[in-house]
Amino acid sequence: MEKAIKRYSPIFVLPTLLAFTIGFIIPFLEGLYLAFCQFTTVRDAAFIGVGNFKRIFSDTTFLQSFKFTVLFALASIIIINVIAFGLALLLTRNLKGTNIFRTVFFMPNLIGGIVLGYIWQILINCVLSLVGEPLLALNSTAGYWGLIALVSWQQIGYMMIIYIAGLQNVSEDLLEAAQIDGASAWKTLWRVKLPMVMPSITICVFLTLTNSFKLFDQSLALTGGDPNHLTETLALNIYYTFYSRAGAQWKGLGQAKAVLFCVLVIVISLLQLKATRSKEVQQ
Amino acid sequence: MKKKLLALTLTGALAMSLLAGCGSSGDTAATDTTAAEDTTTTEDTAADTTSAEGSVYYLNFKPEQDQQWQDLAAVYTEETGVPVTVVTAASGQYETTLMSEMGKSGAPTLFQVNGPVGLANWKDYCYDLSDSDIYGELTSDTYALKDGDKVAGIGYVIESYGLIVNTDLLEQAGYTTDDIQSFEDLKAVAEDITARSDELGFAAFTSAGMDSSSDWRFKTHLANLPIYFEYQDRGITSTDAIEGTYLDNYRAIWDLYINNSTCDPAELSAKTADDATSEFLNGQAVFYQNGSWEYGNVAGEGKFSDDQLAMIPIYFGVGDEANQGLCTGTENYWCVNNQADEADIQATLDFIYWCVTSEEGTTAMATDMGFVIPFKNAQEPTNLFVKEDQEMTAAGKTPISWNFTTMPSEEWKNGVGQALTAYAADQTDANWDGVVSAFVDGWATEYALANGQ
Repeated sequence: MEKAIKRYSPIFVLPTLLAFTIGFIIPFLEGLYLAFCQFTTVRDAAFIGVGNFKRIFSDTTFLQSFKFTVLFALASIIIINVIAFGLALLLTRNLKGTNIFRTVFFMPNLIGGIVLGYIWQILINCVLSLVGEPLLALNSTAGYWGLIALVSWQQIGYMMIIYIAGLQNVSEDLLEAAQIDGASAWKTLWRVKLPMVMPSITICVFLTLTNSFKLFDQSLALTGGDPNHLTETLALNIYYTFYSRAGAQWKGLGQAKAVLFCVLVIVISLLQLKATRSKEVQQ
Repeated sequence: MKKKLLALTLTGALAMSLLAGCGSSGDTAATDTTAAEDTTTTEDTAADTTSAEGSVYYLNFKPEQDQQWQDLAAVYTEETGVPVTVVTAASGQYETTLMSEMGKSGAPTLFQVNGPVGLANWKDYCYDLSDSDIYGELTSDTYALKDGDKVAGIGYVIESYGLIVNTDLLEQAGYTTDDIQSFEDLKAVAEDITARSDELGFAAFTSAGMDSSSDWRFKTHLANLPIYFEYQDRGITSTDAIEGTYLDNYRAIWDLYINNSTCDPAELSAKTADDATSEFLNGQAVFYQNGSWEYGNVAGEGKFSDDQLAMIPIYFGVGDEANQGLCTGTENYWCVNNQADEADIQATLDFIYWCVTSEEGTTAMATDMGFVIPFKNAQEPTNLFVKEDQEMTAAGKTPISWNFTTMPSEEWKNGVGQALTAYAADQTDANWDGVVSAFVDGWATEYALANGQ
């Protein structure tokens, strides 16, 4: 039986492989090639070499959006993971109504980013106008914290579920042993629970990191990069370069930014995976 | 063994269907999946007809007139048998849609650009219309968009904008449109209405919303006035460096708009086009800066009747104001895709010629769409604002031409819009300097970026 499966494995792989090739590998390679071209429509692109990549670094809006994205990622990773872990601890204590709370916290994750963006835009603008501050379109600080509040609200529930699963897997034996040894609750958390949920932490940090870097629809709907590109995320900057600019010279530039962006996200997340993996312990 | 054979056949069939499904979108693999689906459908229509006599695919710019174009296309197909597909891009998404559509097989055969700056992006795709029949039908050569000697685009609709007035409210305030003949008059009337707004129950201007659905009224259309007067002074029609001679007048009218309006200027950044329209419809304000395309939204059943409405020029305090007309021009130029099949190009030329010469075509454009078209066979429009423009021109007033088509880029407009919004929220000289800088320095920077390489 096993032999037969092995023999026919190419046939089983074929449909998915084809779909993957057509839907991902070919466009990806074409996109890579287009980054070295000048074009208006993708069908007649003229090869111009690395000129697009040189221009990226003289584009101040790109550097600005890079800075914004990094600052945003740092704050949102910390806030989301700390709160999600805290909630997970609370909701694994067999309190009354745990299931209701888990559902409630998870629910924002089911709403699409664009819708969330507009809801929060109305909400934040209303608060800002009540306290007499400039509205979102003129207020980059409010835009920054608003975006963090939005993604926290959206992602905390999801990360919480992952942490709950991790915490439930911490073996009772270990906790009991810690208790017998006289470890305080605080020490048990730091020395037993945290090392044991390290795999969950790896996953959650990875997800929040890539989500923050790839953030697009939330920021498009919430601020659209206003004021003056100050709250523009990298993905939004690429989109604007490609679509809001008229002229052949911008398309290749946008494509080059996208390629650089892709490499950047891969490198950063690999480094993060390596760093958190090394902290994981064998059970 | 039998079972295995069955499994094998099934897998094979699955793989084949997958191949067949993706085969037609192979060369558009770079676009997203929904776009690939679209291609398949347009390809189907194209394939059905190329054998006959070509087909037309019109990528329409005006969402307001989508249904009317669909209807007109159906009439044409019924009459001639030539299939016409009309696809309308979502508001504000025309360039994006056009870009992805043009990259496909079965690309639009008829599309539009908004003037010289838009043409720069698409000139390699424009069929030379200088020998076409439709070019000969134009009433004036100024409505042709040229790229050197080549006629790249044909302006197909002339529009006007100005201040739409609710004449009933104006009368309640004790004035008529005849009292407003200059910027000083407008300012006096507006400020008087503001002073008595509690007693009157309405404001002078609708909210000058700076949300992206509405900000083009100010960063593009209102900004046309300082550009127009500067071009007049300098005797030019475009420039790589604007001087901003009349920006003080721009500030004066912007001040007037935002300080005599239905809402606190600090809230303008979040106000939308719908807000302004509904304020006007609800009788909360007398003046509403917008254009003839807005006619359908303010006039008609349950809205205003023609004698309750008027459009007056946007007085700017410059030049011969007594003889100033509405801002009239076009930013809608038809271009024919030169990459399309010969047969499709011919079918497209026939279609647009029919639209502007035949009884059905001209009636639909004048009555259903409310357009004034710059062609010899044009019919009388029903649009009040368009009629007013014609009356003013007949009375010897000089219309203000549309020079915003020479603005260097969208980015420039956004910069000006951003600065205007910031100034509205906090009206200091420093913030106005921001507007001046976005206007003057931004122009030079953006012009260099757009034309540098």
